[in-house]
Amino acid sequence: MIGLLPVYLLAGAVFGAIAVLSAFDRANPKRWANTAFWGLFATSFLAGDYLGDLGNGVLVIAMVALAGVVGLGYGRARNPNTDQRPALAQRYGNKLFIAALAIPTMTLFGALTFPRIMIGGAPLFDPAQTTLVAFACSVVLAMVIARAVLKQRIPAALDEGRQLLDLLGWAALLPQMLAALGAVFALAGLGTAVGDLAVQAIPEGSRFAAVAAYTFGMAIFTAMMGNAFAAFPVMTAGIGLPLIVMKFGGDPAVMASIGMLSGFCGTLTTPMAANFNLVPVALLGIQDRYAIIKAQIPTALILLIVNTVLMYVFVF
Amino acid sequence: MALTLLGIVVIVAGFAARLNPLLVVTAAAIVTGLAGGLDLIAVISAFGKAFNENRYVSVTFIVLPVIGALERAGLQERAKSFITSLKAMTTFRILALYMLARQIAVALGLTSFGGQAQMVRPLIAPMAEAAAEAQLGPLPAFQRERIRAQAGAAENIGLFFGEDIFIAIGSILLMRGFLQQNGILVEPLELSVWAIPTAISAAIIHCTRLYLFERKLKKRVGAP
Repeated sequence: MIGLLPVYLLAGAVFGAIAVLSAFDRANPKRWANTAFWGLFATSFLAGDYLGDLGNGVLVIAMVALAGVVGLGYGRARNPNTDQRPALAQRYGNKLFIAALAIPTMTLFGALTFPRIMIGGAPLFDPAQTTLVAFACSVVLAMVIARAVLKQRIPAALDEGRQLLDLLGWAALLPQMLAALGAVFALAGLGTAVGDLAVQAIPEGSRFAAVAAYTFGMAIFTAMMGNAFAAFPVMTAGIGLPLIVMKFGGDPAVMASIGMLSGFCGTLTTPMAANFNLVPVALLGIQDRYAIIKAQIPTALILLIVNTVLMYVFVF
Repeated sequence: MALTLLGIVVIVAGFAARLNPLLVVTAAAIVTGLAGGLDLIAVISAFGKAFNENRYVSVTFIVLPVIGALERAGLQERAKSFITSLKAMTTFRILALYMLARQIAVALGLTSFGGQAQMVRPLIAPMAEAAAEAQLGPLPAFQRERIRAQAGAAENIGLFFGEDIFIAIGSILLMRGFLQQNGILVEPLELSVWAIPTAISAAIIHCTRLYLFERKLKKRVGAP
């Protein structure tokens, strides 16, 4: 059965190639820090399962020390072709869009068809991982298209990818770090501690207070954890079920649905949701680390109030 | 128990002070683990184990060399010239259309059609910038970065407030499973129907804000 293993090997190969290219980038004064950082990331993908828990922990701390204490440099592609791009854009025209849209289209196609492929009665692809496997396949196919149709050589593509990854720098590691932090939080019982605190803070009595405590509690807890999925069980067990459903007889479907979406309002406001709010800032070359969060906060706040009113109107 | 909350304090203080987020997260994990009664070796092991199990989160970066190849072949320039050729396209219209299209597509379960690395960086952000510059002339770097930030925000808002309308998405399954554990049976469809009022509100609120953003941009820069 094809699962994440080949996807991790591909990722390890890509990061490994980027580590090697970093080592040859004499223009980058911190090239050895970059080489070590991406090399460790490659090691994690290629050999993470053989390192043991402590070994992986030491690997993470080494990566953090490289990015946070030593500091990563900003590598540039060796052979930038910036001045030729307008002419190439004219030559290739809409073929460029077709190549770009091939990635999501093929991912979608794979995600829909892979689960149905059976060999000898057993699924060929791990049913839990079809989307990621489909994504990896479409990345490879898009590279083939870029090579064949747009005449882009693979080493140049990897070098350009290195420049994009160096643009991300520490931000590239943050989403995975936060996911791991969530696991440590759960292990230490942080969720229940925050839940207890939130439940103690609710004013007794009114229906509206219960609804507002739930929607705002979901948003705030989500902002702290960076993830509405972590907040939902805690807040719903603490406030949603005992007060809105049991005490005041509210509809559980309305409560749960609008409650989760109130959590998503919290996601829009927090650097803890790094893959949505911080990684794109680096990817888009924006100086202000919190620019996307700032663009989202007014929408998040207005929508949170709207959610509170919607739940109050429809749940009872 | 309340001691574990120190981890949150570390996070909030560290992000507020704009320290390196990787150091902040590592410190928060160690503080939380120690406060929760683990020894240092156990915390580092737990963190390493969770890091290894969550590698799939970082797999998306393998798309970057391909995006780089397409950009070397002129993708951003093509996106810009395409938008400039459509005179009716303004920053507001591009971002509002993209957000609505994204919202509708994910509501139908087409979650993978979009993304910050695949769509926003190579296509949507350059298009939104080019449309503004076609109308207002060359913009200062600060304003161009604000437009790009709006493109990133439109992607997130479209994704978040569309996905819960699709019945097979993770969050719907999580809600259903949690309620079931507590003895309440709801159908996925009931949950997804009640995501629609919020989805419509999100579309109205954010499109209005995008409209106001463009109007303010024109005033600041001084439209011809």
